[in-house]
Amino acid sequence: MTPHIETFEFDEISEPKVAKAISHYPAGKQASAVKTLLDLAQRQVGRMTGISWLPQPALDCVARRLSIAPMRVYEIATFYTMFNLKPVGKYHLQVCTTTPCWLRGSDDVVAACKKISGIAEFGGSSADGLFTLSEVECMGACVAAPILQVNDDYYEDLDTAKTEALLEDLKAGKPQPPAGSLSGRPSSAPITGQTVLTDKAE
Amino acid sequence: MAKLTIDGIEVEVPNGSSVIQAAEAAGIEIPRFCYHERLSVAGNCRMCLVEIEKMPPKPVASCAQPVSDGMVVHTDSEMVRRGRRGVMEFLLINHPLDCPICDQGGECDLQDEAVAYGRDASRFQEDKRAVPAPDWGPLVKPTMTRCIHCTRCVRFTTEVAGTAELGATYRGESTQIGTFVQKALSSELSGNIIDLCPVGALTSKPYAFTARPWELRKTDSIDVLDALGANIRIDTRGPDVLRILPRINDDVNEEWLGDKSRFSVDGLKRRRLDQPWLREHGKLRKASWEEVFEAVTNKLKATAPERIGTIAGDLVDVETLFAQKSLFASLGSPNLDCRQDGAQFDASRREFYLFNSSVAGIDDADALLLIGTNPRHEAPVLNARIRKRWLAGGFEAALVGEAGDLTYPATQLGADPQVLNNLLDGSHPFAATLANAKKPMIILGAGQLARPDGAALHALAWQLAAKFGALSPEWHGFNVLHHAAARTGGLDAGFLPGPGGKTTREMLTGGVDLLWLLGADEADLSQLPASTFVIYQGHHGDQSAQRADIILPGAAYTEKDATYVSTEGRVQRAQVAVKAPGLAREDWRIIRALSAYAGHVLRFDNLEELRAQLAKATPLFGQAEFRRLGNADLTGPSALGQGLGSAPLTPVFATYYQTDVISRASKTMAECVATITPHAEAAE
Repeated sequence: MTPHIETFEFDEISEPKVAKAISHYPAGKQASAVKTLLDLAQRQVGRMTGISWLPQPALDCVARRLSIAPMRVYEIATFYTMFNLKPVGKYHLQVCTTTPCWLRGSDDVVAACKKISGIAEFGGSSADGLFTLSEVECMGACVAAPILQVNDDYYEDLDTAKTEALLEDLKAGKPQPPAGSLSGRPSSAPITGQTVLTDKAE
Repeated sequence: MAKLTIDGIEVEVPNGSSVIQAAEAAGIEIPRFCYHERLSVAGNCRMCLVEIEKMPPKPVASCAQPVSDGMVVHTDSEMVRRGRRGVMEFLLINHPLDCPICDQGGECDLQDEAVAYGRDASRFQEDKRAVPAPDWGPLVKPTMTRCIHCTRCVRFTTEVAGTAELGATYRGESTQIGTFVQKALSSELSGNIIDLCPVGALTSKPYAFTARPWELRKTDSIDVLDALGANIRIDTRGPDVLRILPRINDDVNEEWLGDKSRFSVDGLKRRRLDQPWLREHGKLRKASWEEVFEAVTNKLKATAPERIGTIAGDLVDVETLFAQKSLFASLGSPNLDCRQDGAQFDASRREFYLFNSSVAGIDDADALLLIGTNPRHEAPVLNARIRKRWLAGGFEAALVGEAGDLTYPATQLGADPQVLNNLLDGSHPFAATLANAKKPMIILGAGQLARPDGAALHALAWQLAAKFGALSPEWHGFNVLHHAAARTGGLDAGFLPGPGGKTTREMLTGGVDLLWLLGADEADLSQLPASTFVIYQGHHGDQSAQRADIILPGAAYTEKDATYVSTEGRVQRAQVAVKAPGLAREDWRIIRALSAYAGHVLRFDNLEELRAQLAKATPLFGQAEFRRLGNADLTGPSALGQGLGSAPLTPVFATYYQTDVISRASKTMAECVATITPHAEAAE
């Protein structure tokens, strides 16, 4: 289960990044750094507990750090789906179901995720605490649709078999494979092989 | 100035005005939900659409559109009507059809505008959104399913109240207005969001399901639960005061009202003294007016005039004070005091005890020194005005004393009064701020005048004002912030010890044998000898009534035509909204009737005659208009021979919510004390 988090302060790993993020903005406008700080806080909680999410003490810490009302931080944190306000599994599965991915078979990816993880509905977590499944809007990688994001990494060109294999590996405790297309093609080159820029640059 | 034409009417408005303001100037009403004159512009309800010629051919939100010279605006064209109908249809998609059980019904902007722009039936086949109802404490009842996300409440708490505890969380159709974390609203001005809410999402919890607006009789009156003199409207049905709402007065309360003033109404019905009481064999028994009058008369006759005294409380009106003063003059007793807290200070000039800068004058100030006062508790609406001034920029505040979060930054100078000497000799860093200010304000909390060194503090505060240029014919920066509505009126009417007269402290420690407490409920009776005969005249059975040997039941402020003087010296009149309960009577009538019994007949038979005499004795009560004072005489108040002590300046109120008999009798206020810890989660 999730360890209860009573207090939160930025640690020595986050602190330099926090200071740098705030320094990007003119004095008095430090509130602009709120999203960066929320991300840093979420990652720190992930380092501390293995689960990346934002408990309320972390939100309040960000508010204190930026001298803004806590409510202003809550508004931002609830607006963006990237901030997890509830604990998520070790692997946060985010499936894009927007039109391009959907046309390319995102329904199969969703079904495979549900099957392997045992999660019934979007937003749910698996009983073993390993997976949380979320439905997200376009992730901007339509060229390699359909896409599944596992924590920070995109896995592209999926189908039922590839998704199932990926998740089975994760379930078995294997390390995450390198991000990118699982069909073997380099970046977003045509599926039949590269057709341009085949010559090596002089 | 920009000249524009709206629906064929030419208006000239200042540059930077919005089209909706120009329309208002032209007398044209544009429907709106999110726009509010006293809040920032959000532009998110889209109801105020208008058509502007020579602009892109689409409707424009008039609240967010600045005017320009030569603009031609149509507020009722076909495009506008269709646009507003579309907006209305979208707003009603998720708005429940629960008007019959909604407290806003009959005074709901959405209801009113739906009559003008709504369709007769919904085209929306899907399920409506439903939002759980949170708990925001004992005052505001949120029904967020009805919310149309205008964000007026969010902007009010952020901008005016300065507590920033409401926000819009989540997004799109899931947007929720709320506190996000479960908590009670901590602002003393939270009730105002009920007025601001254009729909029934925020309604009054104590007033829930009580009445419909068309059943209510409305009486314009004056609030007395703090000394600001907020203008209020009392809504009554039959014999009951059901609710109190603010009236607009830009010079006093704008359109806000503190929670205590708004929600203490249930206190007007509880613990009331509705008939005379007489102590016999150590026990109070019900009595008739004749009996108590006879008892008082006998007692007055049996007591030497210099052993008779009277102390007036915090809610007493000027007419009553004048009647009592006249009676005591006739009896030959100089023992009067309107300062039940025992304060002693030089009240020889009016400017010594007024909030001279005036409430509206706060807008002009550029530096502020608070001495021993927490305006957030003592006059929350005035505090909001200070916050408004701070928000405008170029304003610095400092505080000597203790106060929690004031909702604007104030340099804490500590609670030691000696720091005032450091300010005076210029050795304290904040002295430079005051010296550089063009219109500095010094606000002395009236509660501090009750200290043993109150008069010394009073004199010192004046010296500070004089030194830092706060006293000039154009600007009067010396202010006393009273917390009792009766105090300024009492001082104006001269309800003070006459030559050789005894003060509150002397009267309360055995200086008199017959003590007439005129609504003096906060007077410290602990030192009063058991032999002192106490007459209590007032409207609530509080501690003073318990000690009394005779109780004369009076009328509360909602039950009498009465004059009150606000802390800034504004003479205002409360009006009868309901009759006093049972045998209780207006206080001046009681005194007048008794005077006849006692053989000291007062020379007025009705309120007009009383007021005529009052105006003759104190001309300012005959003047209708309010004038801000300049200062012509730098001579300050006398320190009455006191030296400045070093005891820290402590707050006068432990809690905002219960400070007088009415709020102490109010269940709603008791709940507030229990739920809302002072300055919970101070946010800035």
